[in-house]
Amino acid sequence: MSGYDRALSVFSPDGHVFQVEYAMEAVKRGTCAVGVKGKDIVVLGCEKRSALKLQDTRITPSKIALVDEHACLAFAGLNADARILIDKARLEAQSHRLTVEDPCSIEYITKYIAGVQQRYTQSGGVRPFGISTLVVGFDKNDSIPRLYQTEPSGIYSAWKANAIGRSSKTVREFLERNHQDDMDREQTIQLTIKSLLEVVQTGAKNIEVAIMAPGKTLEMLPDDQIESYVKTIETEKQEEAAKKKTRAGTTTAAILTRPGGGESTD
Amino acid sequence: MYGVLERLGLRRSKLQLFFGRKKSAKRRLTQQVADLTGAPGVKLTARPEVLLGIAGKDFVILAASKAAMRGPTVLKAEDDKTRQLNKHTLMAFSGESGDTVQFAEYIQANAALYSMRNDTELSPSAVANFVRGELARSLRSRSPYTVNLLLGGIDPVNEKPHLYWVDYLASLAPLPYAAHGYAQYYCLSILDKHHHPDCSFEEGLALLTLCTDELKRRLPIDYKGMLVKVVTKDGVREVPVDNDKVVRSA
Repeated sequence: MSGYDRALSVFSPDGHVFQVEYAMEAVKRGTCAVGVKGKDIVVLGCEKRSALKLQDTRITPSKIALVDEHACLAFAGLNADARILIDKARLEAQSHRLTVEDPCSIEYITKYIAGVQQRYTQSGGVRPFGISTLVVGFDKNDSIPRLYQTEPSGIYSAWKANAIGRSSKTVREFLERNHQDDMDREQTIQLTIKSLLEVVQTGAKNIEVAIMAPGKTLEMLPDDQIESYVKTIETEKQEEAAKKKTRAGTTTAAILTRPGGGESTD
Repeated sequence: MYGVLERLGLRRSKLQLFFGRKKSAKRRLTQQVADLTGAPGVKLTARPEVLLGIAGKDFVILAASKAAMRGPTVLKAEDDKTRQLNKHTLMAFSGESGDTVQFAEYIQANAALYSMRNDTELSPSAVANFVRGELARSLRSRSPYTVNLLLGGIDPVNEKPHLYWVDYLASLAPLPYAAHGYAQYYCLSILDKHHHPDCSFEEGLALLTLCTDELKRRLPIDYKGMLVKVVTKDGVREVPVDNDKVVRSA
């Protein structure tokens, strides 16, 4: 063993902090989460792990959590780590309200979350959070949708649309191809679900979707609505595939399949 | 009051009270006055602030005077002495200015944090007991909050109204109607006579008008009218009231 991955706050000779990189690996193995900004809403989509036969799905926690009335986050990685980080964020959100009488801005709470994550890469006796988060919401008296990402290293960044977790690269590339700047509510939800379907093979019952709109709190999209979105997307894809077939005779399928069968460990 | 203090040999501490001294000294003073009169909380209940609460069939009305006062001076005539704690709970407060808002917003933030963490709303009884606990803890600290409260709410589960009376000595009492400050002396008898637990919202407002009329008639202080809010199963809303009504003395 090289030994440079034993203690957290020790660099390897070529400048890596291995524990942080392992944490990013944990994120890559977590279920996928997507965030998409529309013209005036922002949507979060998550891949749900399929429940076991005897599991009570009603009380199994969601990967989408409300941080404050106006801010919400989705994560990918270790669920247990996320609980702690979300709790810290909620406490800070309320503490911010108490001290300055205003809800915190989305950038502020993102910066706070990233700050906590950074602290856990540079202190003794701890290990980094094995999660990335997508923070979304609206600032006070503002109708501009916000979407930020944080990483285990403590990096944070702003996005128009992004994905984290398993096969996030595939989804991000899909978003890069299909994202437009002024999508309305329907289009934004559709793009979110469509991008998730790139990597979720079981369809509607393994997807959850949350919508944030200015001045409103979190709205979870009901299962039957997700299902109808999935259905329309699938018929669209089939039609497109059929059209291509008739036009060119032999082409590859329009439905992209996920390379390899990556396993979720979260 | 001054005579009482003088007899106790407390003139010096009273002077200190005016020239900014440690808060613990004030507490001692409060306690001594309370011991003498046999009624705890004398100093606070005698403030020229009015808090009224009436619980009815499916609502709780909370009313608070609109004057923010410092000594005999009215600093503000449109003060809101209430804070909404969650969708179905409202708190009205009076007492040492500064303490009141600080404490109310501390409770507000903690109630919000609880619902955020547990994805449920705290029931009015849960909030009331939390408030009582915080006040009891504060009372035993070096600088306790001197805040009196009325807490009204609708239980979101069974939609029953709840009204709690809490004082700065951390007494908690669930009541059908309640008052703090000078309002107690004038209004409790009226409420005793006319209140019934099944009363409708209109009856509740009429009862409140009876109380405010009596305050206008008897209380030699201009408390700048009342701010009236009602909690129902649909949440909290302000009730417009006519504060300019002239009431003739008997």
